[in-house]
Amino acid sequence: MSEPLIEIEHLTMRFGGLLAVDDVSFAARSREITAIIGPNGAGKTTVFNCITGFYKPTIGRLTLSDGEREYLLERMLGHEIGQRAKVARTFQNIRLFSGMTVLENLLVAQHNKLMRASGWSIFGLLGLSRFTRAEEAAIALARAWLERIDLLADADRPAGELPYGAQRRLEIARAMCTEPRLLCLDEPAAGLNPRESAELNQLLESIRDVDGTGVLLIEHDMSVVMNISNHIVVLDYGRKIAEGAPAEIQSNPAVIRAYLGTDEEGLDG
Amino acid sequence: MGSRLSTMLKDAALTAFVAAALGIFIVGFRTVDVGSRTGLSFDYQFADLAVAVVTIFVGRLGLSAAAAGLRWPVVALGVAMIAVGASPLKLPSGFLHWFVALGGVLLVIRGIWPWARGTAAAAAGTPAGLVLGRAGAKWFGWLLLAAAVLLPFTPAADQRTMDLAVLILTYVMLGWGLNIVVGLAGLLDLGYVAFYAVGAYAYALLSTQHGLGFWTVLPLAGMMAALFGIVLGFPVLRLRGDYLAIVTLGFGEIIRLVLLNWVDFTNGPAGIGSIPGPTLFGAVFAETPPPGKQSVSEMLGITFDGNHRLIFLYYIILLLALITNLFTQRMRRLPVGRAWEALREDETACRALGINPTNTKLTAFAIGAMFAGFAGSFFAAKQRFISPESFAFIESAIILAIVVLGGMGSQIGVVLAAVLLIGLPEWFRELGNYRMLAFGLAMVLIMVFRPRGLIADRQPSVRLHPAGSGGGP
Repeated sequence: MSEPLIEIEHLTMRFGGLLAVDDVSFAARSREITAIIGPNGAGKTTVFNCITGFYKPTIGRLTLSDGEREYLLERMLGHEIGQRAKVARTFQNIRLFSGMTVLENLLVAQHNKLMRASGWSIFGLLGLSRFTRAEEAAIALARAWLERIDLLADADRPAGELPYGAQRRLEIARAMCTEPRLLCLDEPAAGLNPRESAELNQLLESIRDVDGTGVLLIEHDMSVVMNISNHIVVLDYGRKIAEGAPAEIQSNPAVIRAYLGTDEEGLDG
Repeated sequence: MGSRLSTMLKDAALTAFVAAALGIFIVGFRTVDVGSRTGLSFDYQFADLAVAVVTIFVGRLGLSAAAAGLRWPVVALGVAMIAVGASPLKLPSGFLHWFVALGGVLLVIRGIWPWARGTAAAAAGTPAGLVLGRAGAKWFGWLLLAAAVLLPFTPAADQRTMDLAVLILTYVMLGWGLNIVVGLAGLLDLGYVAFYAVGAYAYALLSTQHGLGFWTVLPLAGMMAALFGIVLGFPVLRLRGDYLAIVTLGFGEIIRLVLLNWVDFTNGPAGIGSIPGPTLFGAVFAETPPPGKQSVSEMLGITFDGNHRLIFLYYIILLLALITNLFTQRMRRLPVGRAWEALREDETACRALGINPTNTKLTAFAIGAMFAGFAGSFFAAKQRFISPESFAFIESAIILAIVVLGGMGSQIGVVLAAVLLIGLPEWFRELGNYRMLAFGLAMVLIMVFRPRGLIADRQPSVRLHPAGSGGGP
């Protein structure tokens, strides 16, 4: 088994009197899809917000390692987590740059790389070939992703005009254009029809197997979770109540209790 | 048909009656000062009132007809009104000519509006219409530029026109500068005039006290304003939206108050006078150059003409404005420009993508401030006298109005809005007191017909498929 990509240790997040996440520890690996599931209000998105720097955890250590270096995410500023530790995320409610075109969305995601190539705009203003080459490469990467998510023909349309399912795919592609080590997806299948969520499964599997990115997934759609996850973490009321492979989780009594609000005997009898 | 016409007539008569009842005291009587002994006396303007009431009657009739879908009668009525307004027929006042003619224009527009909009929408939907629209937008910019370059050589270029043109171009430049901050980066800045003031005072002080020339100070003034932008921006840019607007408004006022009260440094409310104008290769624009200087007319061997200085100023501000425009267009296509627009759309998503929001906003703020600094030092060199009064909040408001009315982020829109907002009040000067009324009417019309600004559609900074080749419906 490979070294964990991200290790979450004793993560606790308190909002005033509310304990949203209570001493949660788990790990996620590269080339694996780790799903975080749990009933509404279990603290899944709060875990994501701690990992991606939107919240500062009250207690806990979040270590991301790329094999050479270790990044302590809880000590980094929000944008540094994307820039240096290379953690990308999508949002529960889609957050595209809706007035900008599909292609521009994917180029904004490559901002830091392009910024360096443009010499913090100076080479870019002068039109040096170093920058134009970098921009061509960035457009090529964007084009490759547009082919993968089947949006090549819509490249020059404003992102806000796309149908809902396409916006979901585009948001994932935008996150992937930052070339992340860890991709955090917050309910990517929400609002998708069965055909679209089957396509999403394929996309996520290709991200895991082809790109080798570690995927952390919050999802309610069990057809997605059980089909593609390698590892599942179950949260309830901010606590981790189970962890394991999909088959184990499906038969775990604590999980069933959390989801159905009663125990197995009560349900049968 | 008959009953419909009578309803319309009744409605128009009622409107005219209300207008007459209101107008009899406002327009019908006028107090005149007839000298100190007798004091005030009345003057009756019932003829004015009658013309206005008849115009309102006809206008209301036309509006109801337009609502009923009678296109051509409405247009005919409108044309008739324009003809009366423009005719040499002696109406009681010049304003009434305008009033009648403007009413006619509005009526014609109202008459053909549904048809024009339908046709335009149908044309824009076809691929040919799309290509034509894009090409038109491109050529329109070049045409405007050609007109601007050639303006001083046309017979229309008298002193008044050139003065107005310089003024408009100054606002175009300020609008383009603020467009970076508000239009692209989405930071609502209500204190933009502060940086304009920094540029103006930088040139005024450096030239009058240290004898530096315009071309030396110009980059310094820009840098100084950019520095102020960074210093002011650093603490406030973590605020968003309304809060940012309030704080920038405060900073704008602080700068003005400092200029007003720091008398030792800025000469306070008395202002700074006799600021030297810009030079052309070291030569000054004056009939009798100061000792040790050469005048431009001597250098070029032409006879002195006071207009030369104005034309020179015109070309300087045209050049400065074009630099602002080119720079902005270029920046929009660079990663930082796209990051500005992304930040305007969604700051949270930007942060998640690893974009540093503070730095990105600061660059927008500083670059916007820099162009205001350039414009400010030009303003000081043109006016030759500046005082804190020139940098009041209303200036910020006008520049912001230019950006918003033009359509946020649109470069051509800023030009159109500047011409409208700065030019209209000047052209309407003969309307006297009604000038601001006409100005307000124009603003209302823009907001009704183009609620997102004159030019609201955004051109992508980069395309994967060349324009017009289809690419999605």
